Amino acid sequence: MFIDTLLIGISSGAIYSLMALALVLVWRSTRIVNFAQSGQAVLSTYIGYEITVKTHNYWISLPLAIVCGALIGSLVDLLFMRFLSKRIKSGPIAEIAPVIATLGLLGLIQSLIGLIWGNAFLQYASPLSAKGFTFGTHTVPFSPQNLFIVIASALVLGIFGVVFRFTNLGLSLRAASFAPEIAQLAGIRVGRVRNIGWSFAGAAGAVAGAVITPTSTLSPNSLDLLFVSGFIAAVIGGLDSLVGAVVGGLVLGIGFSFILQYISSSVTFLVGFIILMIVLLVRPRGIFGKGVGRNA
Amino acid sequence: MKEGLVVKDLAIDYGSVAAVKGVSFTITPGELVAVIGSNGSGKSTLIRAISGLIAPTRGSALWNGETLLGKKPEDLVRLGIVHISEGKSVIPELTVAENLALGGIWRRDKSDVKLATQESLHIFPALTTRLEQRADSLSGGERQMLAIARALISRPQLLLLDEPSLGLAPLIIEQIFVAINNLRKKYGLTVLLVEQNAVSALKIADRGLILHLGELIRSGSPDELMQDPQLRAAYLGF
Repeated sequence: MFIDTLLIGISSGAIYSLMALALVLVWRSTRIVNFAQSGQAVLSTYIGYEITVKTHNYWISLPLAIVCGALIGSLVDLLFMRFLSKRIKSGPIAEIAPVIATLGLLGLIQSLIGLIWGNAFLQYASPLSAKGFTFGTHTVPFSPQNLFIVIASALVLGIFGVVFRFTNLGLSLRAASFAPEIAQLAGIRVGRVRNIGWSFAGAAGAVAGAVITPTSTLSPNSLDLLFVSGFIAAVIGGLDSLVGAVVGGLVLGIGFSFILQYISSSVTFLVGFIILMIVLLVRPRGIFGKGVGRNA
Repeated sequence: MKEGLVVKDLAIDYGSVAAVKGVSFTITPGELVAVIGSNGSGKSTLIRAISGLIAPTRGSALWNGETLLGKKPEDLVRLGIVHISEGKSVIPELTVAENLALGGIWRRDKSDVKLATQESLHIFPALTTRLEQRADSLSGGERQMLAIARALISRPQLLLLDEPSLGLAPLIIEQIFVAINNLRKKYGLTVLLVEQNAVSALKIADRGLILHLGELIRSGSPDELMQDPQLRAAYLGF
């Protein structure tokens, strides 16, 4: 039972990690909390759904949904955020305007989805079973789809880790977010690099949406709760740290899973918010904020 | 085509405040010119406008005939113009090696990047043993060395140095200025050095300009400037 709970926790934690990662990628280079992230992710998931309707093949839809997610992220920056930051450079609203704009964008995306696909619950099916593995007579709640979620998330996190740590693009991304002016003076095209950050975030959110949705249903708001968990995970991790986002996501996922199993499903979110409040009050820079983990 | 850096009637306003009021000067290739001024004289503003970080109100700046104003800093780096900004232009969260790598990140000629990196480490051997450490573990002097080393990896022709002495101990300042002087001779660099520390700057400069409240009030050889009693009292502090 303990192992089952742990595995389920890792599976949902991996998704929270992806969502948290998407938030951190945007936050640390732009200082914008992107509330539109769940909208972007759900839009790319709808695109994935539409592709399965046409092709009946989840494995074709998945990479295309990820590419669309990246594209959506890039477009949000190019068409929306850049324009906004040029228009509103100073004044009391300058810092908060982009954040409010992301809330507006979230509403816009979700209404648009409602117009195109309707608000009914859809099934974005994966060929993998959502029924738990069976060992002898014992069926665990951990399914092949859960396993795929863990593998896909680990793969994405691994790829990001390698890109950030070992490539020039990763170095540019880190430099541009830590010290945009110095990065610029070193010859890095900060605007372009930031845009890549937005598309990475979009891609991470798209993976989260496309792998988790087959375990439940798809609707314009179906990723909202996931976003909240991702947000809590990102704050626990310090908002600035990619490693922190991943650890925060796993801690939260495993924590929720144990509470669900051993206490009650009705208190899981309550506990999430309590953790959020405690972190904000006791260690507002997060467990990984400033110092440890800022390298990755 | 006029060679070197030619700045004409450069003016920069911050809102209604005129920070630099129509400054003109020329730096010939290979020359080291020090712009001396106290806090608020507009010297940082001047250098930031030349490197594209802020937009001037009017005027022009040419490097070997090519206009600089209106270009982004990242484009100027590609023209061989490297600005080392005030207060140790390194990224503390990155390692020493990563900070160095930034200097060559945009360059296509990777074998020359490698060569330039080796040369830089040869010039500043103190960095060699610290490559894997984060830059915030370095002392102020070492950070300044790292910033200069990184700039060298870009193979600059024109160095814009904004107060390299800021926050450093006198002995370290001495070392940094000697290093700057050696480097510009070795690589034939043209240098615009903006400094509050007039004595150190004039020691290595070919020419000095005095910037006061946004206006160039005096120019001359370091000797001339050092002799001028009024300037000595106001800017040289002795």
